[in-house]
Parts: sequence; C-alpha cells; structure tokens
Amino acid sequence: MSAPYAKLPAWADYGLIPLINLTVAFIVAGLVVLLVGENPLRAAVILVDGALGRGQAIAYTLYYATSFIFTGLAVAVAFHCSLFNIGGEGQAYVGGLGVALACLAFDRVFPWWLTFPIAIAGAAVFGAAWALIPAYLQARRGSHIVITTIMFNFIAASLMVYLLVNVLKPPTLQAPSTRTFLEGGQLPKLNFMIEAMGLSVRSSPFNVSFLLALLAAFLVWVLIWRTRLGYEIRTRGHSPKAARYAGIGEARIIIVTMLISGALAGMMALNPVMGDQNRLQIDFVTGAGFVGIAVALMGRSHPAGIVPAAILFGMLYQGGAELAFEMPGISRDMIVIIQGLVILFAGALEHMFRPSLQTLFATVRPASVGAKAERAGGV
Amino acid sequence: MQLFDTLVFLLDSTVRLSVPLLLAALAGLYSERSGVFDIGLEGKMLAGAFAAGAAAAVTGSAWVGLIAAVAISLLLSLVHGFASITHRGNQIVSGVAINFIAAGSTIILGQAWFSQGGRTPLLSDDARLGAIRLPFAEAVADVPIIGQIYSDLLSGHSILAYVAFLMVPFTWWVLFRTRFGLRLRAVGENPAAVDTAGISVAWLRYRAVMCTGILTGLAGTYLALSQNAGFVKDMTAGRGFIALAALIFAKWRPVPVMFACLLFGFLDAFSIRIQGTPLPFIGQVPVQFMQALPYILTVVLLAGFIGQAIPPRAGGVPYVKER
Amino acid sequence: MAHAAIELKGIDKSFGSVHANRNISLTIPAGTIHGIIGENGAGKSTLMSILYGFYQADRGEIFVKGERAAILSSSDAIARGIGMVHQHFMLVHNFTVLENVILGAEGEPLLKTSIAKARSELNRLERDYGLEVDPDAIIEDLPVGLQQRVEILKALYRGAEILILDEPTGVLTPAEADHLFRILLQLKKEGKTIVLITHKLREIMAVTDNVSVMRQGALVATRKTAETTVEELAELMVGRRVLLRVEKSPVSAGDVLLSVRNLTVRDSRGVTMVDGVSFDVRAGEIVGIAGVAGNGQTELLETITGIREAASGSVFLAGRPVAVTGGADPADLRERGMAHVPEDRHHMGLVLPFEENENAILGYHRQKKYLKGPFLDIDAIRQDAREKIEKYDIRPADCRLKTANFSGGNQQKIVLSREMEQDPDVLIVGQPTRGVDVGAIEFIHRRLVEMRDKGKAVLLVSVELDEIRSLSDRILVMFSGRIVGERGPDATEGELGLLMAGVEGKEAAA
Repeated sequence: MSAPYAKLPAWADYGLIPLINLTVAFIVAGLVVLLVGENPLRAAVILVDGALGRGQAIAYTLYYATSFIFTGLAVAVAFHCSLFNIGGEGQAYVGGLGVALACLAFDRVFPWWLTFPIAIAGAAVFGAAWALIPAYLQARRGSHIVITTIMFNFIAASLMVYLLVNVLKPPTLQAPSTRTFLEGGQLPKLNFMIEAMGLSVRSSPFNVSFLLALLAAFLVWVLIWRTRLGYEIRTRGHSPKAARYAGIGEARIIIVTMLISGALAGMMALNPVMGDQNRLQIDFVTGAGFVGIAVALMGRSHPAGIVPAAILFGMLYQGGAELAFEMPGISRDMIVIIQGLVILFAGALEHMFRPSLQTLFATVRPASVGAKAERAGGV
Repeated sequence: MQLFDTLVFLLDSTVRLSVPLLLAALAGLYSERSGVFDIGLEGKMLAGAFAAGAAAAVTGSAWVGLIAAVAISLLLSLVHGFASITHRGNQIVSGVAINFIAAGSTIILGQAWFSQGGRTPLLSDDARLGAIRLPFAEAVADVPIIGQIYSDLLSGHSILAYVAFLMVPFTWWVLFRTRFGLRLRAVGENPAAVDTAGISVAWLRYRAVMCTGILTGLAGTYLALSQNAGFVKDMTAGRGFIALAALIFAKWRPVPVMFACLLFGFLDAFSIRIQGTPLPFIGQVPVQFMQALPYILTVVLLAGFIGQAIPPRAGGVPYVKER
Repeated sequence: MAHAAIELKGIDKSFGSVHANRNISLTIPAGTIHGIIGENGAGKSTLMSILYGFYQADRGEIFVKGERAAILSSSDAIARGIGMVHQHFMLVHNFTVLENVILGAEGEPLLKTSIAKARSELNRLERDYGLEVDPDAIIEDLPVGLQQRVEILKALYRGAEILILDEPTGVLTPAEADHLFRILLQLKKEGKTIVLITHKLREIMAVTDNVSVMRQGALVATRKTAETTVEELAELMVGRRVLLRVEKSPVSAGDVLLSVRNLTVRDSRGVTMVDGVSFDVRAGEIVGIAGVAGNGQTELLETITGIREAASGSVFLAGRPVAVTGGADPADLRERGMAHVPEDRHHMGLVLPFEENENAILGYHRQKKYLKGPFLDIDAIRQDAREKIEKYDIRPADCRLKTANFSGGNQQKIVLSREMEQDPDVLIVGQPTRGVDVGAIEFIHRRLVEMRDKGKAVLLVSVELDEIRSLSDRILVMFSGRIVGERGPDATEGELGLLMAGVEGKEAAA
C-alpha cells in the first residue's frame, strides 16, 4: 500500500500502457498458435505479408478496415458519453436495409453519385432508429443499455431474416437476398489508388466508402472536440454531476449520442452492401459490429487511434485469410481470438500493469517524477 | 388423442430445449446475485461444449468430457473474476472478451486437433450422456395419459436434464437456507455491509463466479454430449444470451428462472413445430418472430412495462472501500 | 479499575497529501461513554475506522483491554469485542432484521439453527436493553431510527464490549435521539464501553463521561464532561485561528435580488433535508450560512441553483420566480444572472479530465462568444481562459493543462474566475476555500468582497466559521435543515458554535 507511487507521464499513459497491453494480447495469441502446433513468428510473418505484401492484399485490408472504422467510431462516440453500445452489430444490420431501399429505389434512375448520398442517409437513419429504443429506455426508464442493445442485436437478426425471406426477396431467387443493384446502386472501386502507387490489383471490393469512413473519422473528431454538442457529450461522460450543474439535460444527451452512434454503425453497411456485394443478404455484417468494440478500446476512443486500429484489424482479417492457406491449422477465426484478447487486455484489464509501472517509475527516477508532479500541481 | 400426442411431444422438446438455458441461467444467477454481471455465459457455455466434445472424443468417456467442460468453463470464469474482482475492470468488457476468446479458440483448436471443419468427431453412444429410462417407463407406457406423460415426458432425458431441474430447488436452498447464500445475496446488494461484518468481499465473489463456471460447464456438456453427439461450431447459437434474458425476466430468482427457461424453451419448440402452419385467430406467425420473442419480452420487461426488473444493487460495480 | 478498554498510542494516518490523523494518543476507560467531537474533516471517522480495522494506521499502536492488538481487518476488531455503528448504515436493504444481524456471525453453514439461535438471543438483547424491533421486518421498510437499532443489535450480537457510534444522531429526530441516549446509558450500566463520535455539543453534554476534541487531524484536548462547558468545547473545536480579516466598507444593501420562501427539500429516501427555509439576499451584501456540514446546506444550494428539485416553497431571482419544484434549468438561471460556485469542486464544479480552458466555460458553453454556430470557437475560448488565468493568477499559467493537475487552490480559482467574470447579479458560493491553501484563501476572500462592493448579492455557505464571520454582513445558522438563528457579523464564535451545535439560545429565533 505504501509502495512508492508516482503519477505516470503522459507518454507512458497514452503510449506505453496501451502498447504493453497490446503486446500481452498478441503474446497470448501466439501461445494459441503454439497450441495449434504452428510457429507463431512464422504465422506473424505470413499474416503481415498476406495483409500488405501485394496491392491486392492491401486493397482487401483497407476494405475490411472501412467497416471497422465505422463500427469503431460508433462504439467510441457512445463511450465518450460513458454509454456502452454493444448493439453496433444490429444497428449495422438494419442500416443495411436503409442502404438497400435507397439502391432499389434509385439504381435505375440515378447514377451512383446521386444514389450514394441517399444511401448514406438511409444507412444512418435506419441505424440510428435501431439505437433509438434502447437509448430512450436508458434515458427515460433507466433500462440497462448494454442488455437492451444485446437484445436488439438478436431482434435485428430475426427481423432482417424475415424481411429478406418474406418481403425483399424476388420470387425468382433461391437465396434470401434482394436483387442485385444496377450500376446506379454500385459504389466505384478505389483500386486505382493502390495502382497509382505502382502496385497491381486484380479485383477487390475496396471502394469509395473508405473515403467516407475517413471523412466520418474526421467529422467525429470535430464533433467530439470541436462542437458544443461534443463538449456536452464529454461532460456527461466524465461526470454526470457536472453535466447537471452545467444544465446539460441527461436524457437528451443520451438519446442524441446514441442516435449518432447508431447512425455511424448503420453507415458500415454501405461498404459491403453497396460497395461489394451489391445486394442485401443475410448476415452481411459478419461480426464487424463487435470488432468495433475492440477497435474503439484499442484506439482509446480517439479517431486518430481508431483508424490505425481498424487498419490493424483489417490486416488481421485479410492476413488471416492468407494464413489459413499456408497453415491449415489456422483459420480466419484466429482473429476472433485476437479480438477477444485485445478487448480483455486493452479493456477489462486495462489497469493491470499500471501499479507495477508506477512503482517502477517511482523507483527508477523518484526525484524527477515527484518534482514534476509537484510543479504541475504546486501554487 | 392426436392433440394429446402433439402436446406431449411439444412439452418433451420444450424440456429438452430448456435444459441448457436453465443451467446457464442458474449459472448467471450465482454470479449476478453476488454483484458480478456476466454477459460471458455464452462464451463459457461454448468453451464447455467444445471441451466436452473434444475430451469425450479422445477418451471415449462422457465423464471425462464433463470434467473437461467444467474445468475450462471454470477457468474462463476465473479470468472474468480476475479482471472484474481483482483488477476492478469493466465487467461488461470482460464478458464480451470472454465470448470472443471462446468463439475463436473453439473453432481454431477444433480444426487444428480434429480437422473436421471445427466439429469434434461424432461420438458413439458410450461417450455421450444419453437418455435415462426411468424405472417402469416401458411398463406404463401404454397407460393412457399418465403413463404417456411418465414414459415420454418425464423419462428418457439425459442425466444433466434431471440435474438441471434439481438444481432449481438446490439453488433456492443454497441461496436462502445456507450461510453461503446469505452472504452471496448480501454481497450483491451491499458489499460494504459484508466487508464490515469481517467477510472478504473478493473471496466471496470469486466463489460465486466459480459456481457460474461449473454450471456453464454443465450447460455446454449437455449441448455437446446429450443434445448432440459432439461439438459443432458455434453450437450455443445465442443460448447464453437467452439464458441471460431468462435470468433478467425471472428477476434473479431461481424458481421463476426455471419457468422463464421453460417459457423460452417452449417458444423455441413451438416455433419449430408450427413452422408454416397458420394459427387459429392469428394466422401465420413468422418463425423469426417466435425466435425474437424472448428478446422482445425481456426488453419490454426491462422497460418497466410488466413489472420492474431490479438487478442486485451492487451489480456491475467493482467494490472499492470508500475513503 | 483494571485496564482501559482502549488505548491508542501515536496513531498517524495520511491519505495521499491529506494528513487525516496526526500522532493521536487516547485512553478510553472501560465502562464509560467517551465522546469524540470535532468539525467535519477533523479526522474523527478515520480514527475510528482504524480502530475498527477498516483502514490500517501508518504508525502507532492499539491496545484493547491492555493487550496490544494488531487490527488488520474488521474481523480482528470484532474478535476483540469491538463493534461499530457506521454513519451510513452497513445493512442489506432487502434482508430481514434477523438476516442482517447474523450476517458474518452465522456460526454454521446452515441457517436454520443459527436463525433460531439468533432469534432467542435477539429477544434477550431486546429485553435487556430496550431495543425492540421486529426481527422479521425488511430493513427498507423500517424508519432510520429502527435501522440504527439493528446496527446496534448487530454489534451486541457479536458480543461487542466496546461500541463505536459514528454520528449516530445525524439521521434521527430529537425524540429518536433521546431514545438512543437512554439505550446508551443502559448499555453503560451493563458494563459496555461506548465511543460516541459527533459534532453536536448537546449530545456530548447529555450522555458522555469524558470528551476528546479533534481539530485538523490532531487530538487537541480531553476533558471530563462534568468539568467542562459547552463554550469551552465549542472554542476548542473551532480553534483560535488567526482571523483573516478582510477589509470591508460598511454595508449598503440595496434591493432584494434573491428571495427564498418556505423552501422544503427531501432527498431520494424522502428524508427532509431543508425544512421550510426562508431568507432574502440583497444587492451589495454577503449573507453567510453557517453550520456543520450535512445540515441541509448542500441541498439548499443545489435547489436554489436548479440542480435539485424542491418538495415545496419558492425562490425568486430579482423578483421573478424560479421553478424550483420542477423544470428549473441551471443554464437558464445562469442567463438570468445567477452564478454558482458549487461545494463539490471535483465532481460538479469541474470536469477534472478536461483541459483548463474547457472548464473555464462549463455551464456557459452556450454563450455566443464561445461559439461559431454549432462549433466551439477554440481560439476565443482559449484567449478567454488565458485572460482569466492572468487576472486570477492561476498557476501554472497553462490553459491546455489537464485540470486534475492543478492544486486545489488553483482549481477553485478556475471555478471562481468562470463564475465571477460572467458578471452575475447573484453569486451562490459553497465552501469556497475547502482544501485551498492560505494564499489562495485570501485572494478568494478579497474577490468575494469585491463582488459585494460592486452591488452583487452574495450567498455564502461555509463550514469555516472564520470565513463566515470575516466575510458576511449577516449570518444565518443552519441546523438540521432549518435556519435556527440570524446574527450580525460581530457574533462571537461561541455564540455561533452553540447555534451550530443545535443548542438553541434564548434569542435564537430569527
């Protein structure tokens, strides 16, 4: 208890501790690889090569990353208001409906760049709508938003299957999905960007929604740190008491934050539905909503952290697919483990190494650390 | 008689489908009653199912499978305890993490060890926990109604089904009639009261999450060794969350938990049974609606429209001595 | 007499930079009622928590009945026959009385026999000490007085010979308190030793044999109750501090700017915290509300400023009503010229993880000068913050620094600068110098007087009597949710101390 104690410098707080947590997560993942009977180092090399080695691979990596940026931002915005939105998966799924309806309605008449804004609005509105009920119940009736958003993920899954099977599926199709969108409902690919760097891409789903994701990341930064609304969100997130003192209505801020979060999750659907598959089909989200949790935790809820974290997970997805070829023992589900480990060590066990690190800092340079803290705090 | 046969059949599958829910929901009850929220029931159950399937396949013994399931599930519950009790981490985050770790590693290890696309090898009947015929079940089978209920509905389930239903009164007894139960309930409501009474809050909560681990292990075992003949990729399919919903629906009380699980099990059995057939007065009910009904009911309950579901007061909050 | 029941030698305890107990030595003879009195934050509760094993002392020794005792946890304390009734009851709200009593002292794994045993034991205790309570009642259905009785029963059931009560009457009505004292005297007669922690002098005089006074973490005196007076204790408790007199011109009060009428506030449990309070604050005067913490001041401030809802009553700001019974919006009140320096600087007045400049607009973040449309005008905000830093001499002079990294005094200056620079008509100030160093105290006091001289109405709540006396033009004393007296600035400490302790003077009526 009375062990030497020091306040950590900012670089240790924001750099070293997350790095340690992440390293531990990957070391444990390496142990799983060992358990499978493969060499973790070789696996890492194959994975990185598989994700970044060729233009084609990079395109796929960025395609996956696009989805994770959206869902990571969705989780992060809610975190800033100290809300845990586990419902990204369901919100993205329902967001897909918004995208599909826009495309089905306009793909015959509009070029893609006219359909796109309508689809964006559709995705955002449908995603936000799916977040609205849990948000309202939390704000007005105190129902735990974690539980309600989990329930809404399952309800979304049932609803979407019902709609796809009974309403949206054209009678001519066997599989439950909408018809394929015409050109007016297809986003152009961005492969040329990678080709411009002298790499070749045969074909990839890497599309314009990546740029939208980057724009969304920037806008989230603006929202959180540069607008009045963001200021109010952060105030309530850090201290509900201070928010009440400042006259920030709690119910309103919870609902608004969740609507934004749901809209961002919903926009994830643009990437696979309009950018790649060009139709709405069952289970197109494939866990991206949950990856968002890991991405947000790893990126410490800051867009500047979320984008690289999303790209890292994109690498894991793409590299993991390659890895499955090279090492038959390992499939892409390895990523799910890594995702879990990142959530565990960067989230739930976030502070595990802090006390020992503080002790270490205090013993290594007790005078300097103490003096610095003193100076910062002294009158 | 046709209707009666259908009814018995329906209730029989209700029971079968309720068992894993019941074991998992009772598991969650121990943890949550002690103030540790657990949304990782799904993951622990899944890991347990895999361990049971794998160990039973390798050794040919259902009992070794059961022990392996409980051991793995217990380990994961201790990870949850380590994060949320010892390190006072976020219990939701920890539960989410455990779900993913279980989902990923069961597939990876299953593929690596058995190379059957994430399945464990099909088990022979000896390596399963199969149906138990209750005494005289054959003899009375022809007695109308009572005999049929006895031989078809009550008899012929896995040992774990009987264990699950016996766990209901047992859990009630533990919770309300033993010292451990008294302290467990107390620590979930007001850990400071337990602390000032000279009892270790951490150790008490660790014991609670260990109970959770054991029971989710049994739930997983039932899935892999009784309901199926081996582990199948993602075989829990959201049952951990339905169990969680049942637990909330039952307001964290053992006997209502049983009824909630039977209700959700019945909805499941019913939706399988009526697929495609229209109901009188209502018409065709989409199967998806039936599947979503447990979740919808839970949300309605949480919203406070049909009574209030008040969780244990200290739930979700790590215990820190106040300064 | 054999050994003292308790002997503390050189107990010392710090929490971070707060020195809660300074080298405390104390002997409590067996079979007596020993009072420990002191202001809030004097270290009474910490000392008793150390004795009960909730915290460990950094230094010092504890002897129980003459034996050196290492009390590392509550169970050690219980084993040594020490029981404690905490200020916030340590009861499980949805358990029965019986279940609460046996918790931790069940004896055996099955409850059946232990409950039966507890029932008869409880019957005996009830008879012996007059502690009647229905053993099968659910705690949350019982009034607080009975809940406290359950706490006492809990301690006695565990065989406590030494009973510590921490502010036991804080939640009791006078009649309930009298009943409690009868119980305590009965317990004493049975040979128990009782330690009574309180800040109310009346109680000390009523039941104790000896009394120790604590001030700022130190034990400053121990007296036989029969040989001391209320006046002496009040003075010891408050201390003869160097009076930081602030130069003030004579008061020239103008119109009534803040008017409070029959305000009644209840907390979430329905306990009345503010009880029919009425007063006015005029332009150009400072009205101080003196009182020991926890007598309703917090609730009063939060209600006036629109953070909390009143049960009944009304508040007028410059003649116009404030919707205190529902619908009041703190932001709206700010616009109408009411500024608020809250008591709880850390959780309410500031968002500690924010940068300094972000806190400098908290509550005023909707003003046009800080915004460009929906966006924050970062340059304007930072420029504004830098000006305040300069004007209020906030150090370090870095508006980008995290607020948590400023000292208490500088944090308070951040709040003050924000609220005062808005040029409000009414300034509501709670505990302006709590946890603030001496240099900053002077500065803050000067600023408050400046506001008054500019013709603002200032309402000051403080538990520091010095502060109240040196700043106020009129002093209201709050006790148990009510205004129990009004005095001029020349009131003596003793006089105010008595009012604060609930001893009503002859001329106490306001």
